[in-house]
Amino acid sequence: MHSIPGRRIIISLFLIFLLLPIYWLVNMSFKTNSEIVSTMTLWPHTPTLQHYRRIFSDESWYSGYINSLEYVVLNTIISISVALPAAYAFSRYRFLGDKHLFFWLLSNRMAPAAVYALPFFNLYSAIGLFDTPWAVALAHCIFNVPLAVWILEGFVSGVPREIDETAFLDGYSFPRFFMKILIPLIASGIGVAAFFCFMFSWVELLLARTLTSVQAKPIAAIMTRTVSAAGMDWGLLAAAGVLTIIPGALVIWFVRNYIARGFALGRV
Amino acid sequence: MDKTVNQKAWFLVLPVFLVVAFSAVLPLMTVVNYSMQDTFGNNQFFWNGVGWFKELLDPSTDLGGRFLASLGRNLFFSFVILAIEVPLGIVIALSMPRQGWQVAACLVILALPLLIPWNVVGTIWQIFGRPDIGLLGYVLNGIGLNYNYVSNDLDAWVTVIVMDVWHWTSLVALLCYAGLKSIPEAYYQAAQIDGASRWAVFKAIQLPKMNRVLLIAVLLRFMDSFMIYTEPFVVTGGGPGNSTTFISIELVKIALGQFDLGKAAALSLVYNLIILIVCWIFYTVMTNAGAERRPAEGGA
Repeated sequence: MHSIPGRRIIISLFLIFLLLPIYWLVNMSFKTNSEIVSTMTLWPHTPTLQHYRRIFSDESWYSGYINSLEYVVLNTIISISVALPAAYAFSRYRFLGDKHLFFWLLSNRMAPAAVYALPFFNLYSAIGLFDTPWAVALAHCIFNVPLAVWILEGFVSGVPREIDETAFLDGYSFPRFFMKILIPLIASGIGVAAFFCFMFSWVELLLARTLTSVQAKPIAAIMTRTVSAAGMDWGLLAAAGVLTIIPGALVIWFVRNYIARGFALGRV
Repeated sequence: MDKTVNQKAWFLVLPVFLVVAFSAVLPLMTVVNYSMQDTFGNNQFFWNGVGWFKELLDPSTDLGGRFLASLGRNLFFSFVILAIEVPLGIVIALSMPRQGWQVAACLVILALPLLIPWNVVGTIWQIFGRPDIGLLGYVLNGIGLNYNYVSNDLDAWVTVIVMDVWHWTSLVALLCYAGLKSIPEAYYQAAQIDGASRWAVFKAIQLPKMNRVLLIAVLLRFMDSFMIYTEPFVVTGGGPGNSTTFISIELVKIALGQFDLGKAAALSLVYNLIILIVCWIFYTVMTNAGAERRPAEGGA
C-alpha cells in the first residue's frame, strides 16, 4: 500500500489528538477533587483510588454496568440469530419485494432514535416490558438488525454457491447445512457483525435511558443522574467514564485483526 | 450474480421482518396517530387534522420557526462535519503504517472513540473544554483566547464540531483503510512502471477503489450527524440560547419536556421523511454504482 509524504507526522498528530481527551479523563479520575478544582496538573500529584473504590463498593453504581452488559449481550444474540437466515436469503434468492424490503430495513438503521423514544415508551409499558433489559434489547434491534443483515449478506455472498449445491446433493437438509457448513464458513463475518451490534448497542443512550427507570438502568444513565444530584463530583464522573471505556477497549483488542475487514463490510 | 427466484426465501426473512416491524411499524403508527391530535393533558385527545403540519412548515408560528431554525442548524452542521471528516479520513487512511505491530496499534487507537458511550464522549469534551479544569480550555485561555463554550455561541459550535471530528473521523478513516487494503499490489507496480506521480496514483487507483466505502461513509456520517443528540446535549445542552439546538434536541424538548405529543409527532414524521428521502437517494446511487462495476470485477 502506497502512502503519502509526511505520513508519520500526520498519523502521530491525529493519534495524539484522539488520545489527549481520553488521557485527561483518566488523569482526572486518579486525582482528588480538591486537586482537580484548585490546581492545573498534567498528572495526578497525589494519586488516589477513592473514586474507583466508591463505584465498586456501591451497588447502585456497579449494577449499572451489569444492566448495560445484559441488554447489549441480549441484543447482539437476537440481532445475529434473526439476521443470519435473512442474510442468506438476500444473498442467494430473488423473491417478491426483496429490494424494497432491503431498503426498508436500511431506512430503519437511519431513523433517529429521538423519534422513537416516546412511542417505544408507550409500547413497552403496554406489554409490561418497561424497565427490563428486554425492552432495551428489542428497541436496539431497530438499528442493529438491519446492520447485521447488511454485513452478513456481504460475507454470505463471499461463499461460492457451489458449496451450497454440493451440500444439498450430499443429502444435507437445510438446517443442517446452515449449522454445519455455512456458519463455520462465515464465522469471522459473524464476529464482525457481533462487534458492530455490541458497539452500537453499547454506545446508545437515549433509548436505553427512556426505557428504564430503576431495575435495568444502564451505567451511562446512572452516571448523569448521580452526578447532577450530588453537585459536581468531577473525580467520580471521570472514574465512571473511564470504566465505560474499558469494555469497548477490550472488545477492540480481541477483534483488532478483523477490524479492517469488518469495516469493508465483507465486500468492497 | 445470477440469483434464483424462490418465494420460499420469505420464510428466512420472516424473523427479521417481524422483529423490525415490531420495533418500527407499531411505534410509527402511534406517531401518525398522535400527529393528528391535540392534547390538554389527562389523556384527553382532540382531532386536529393536518393542523400541526401546517404550523410546522410555516416559519411565522412558534413551532415552525423552531423547526426550521433547528433544521437549518442541523444541515449546516452535517455539511461542516462532512467537509472536514471525509478529506481528513482519507488522509489518515493513506497515512497508516504499512505493516508490523504499528498497524494493530493504530487500528485499536482509531477505533477507541467509536466504542465510547455517546454521553461519555460528551462528558469527556465537557471536561476537556472547561476553562477551569480542562486542558483545552485552560491552554486556549492561557494563550490569550477568551474561550468559553458555555457562554459564547461560536465557541460552543467549534467545541461541538471538534468533538464530532474527534468522535467519528476514525469511522471514515477505517472504512477508507479497508478500501485501500483491497487494492492488489500489482496495480501499484503497474503505476510505477508507467512512472505515475503520487497524485496520479491517488486519482486513478486509490480514489476509484475507495468509491464504494466512501459512499457508505458519507451516508453513515450524514445520517448520524443529522440525528445527533446525546453528545451536544451533554456538552452544551443546546445552548447558549438555542445556538446548538439540533432537530433531535428540539424534538425531545417538545416531546418529553413539554409533553406536546401532537407537535412532537408531526415533527417526527417530517424529520423521518427527510431522512428517508436522502437515504433513498444514497441507496439508489450506491446500488447503481455497484451494478455498473460488478460485471467488470467478475461479481466481487
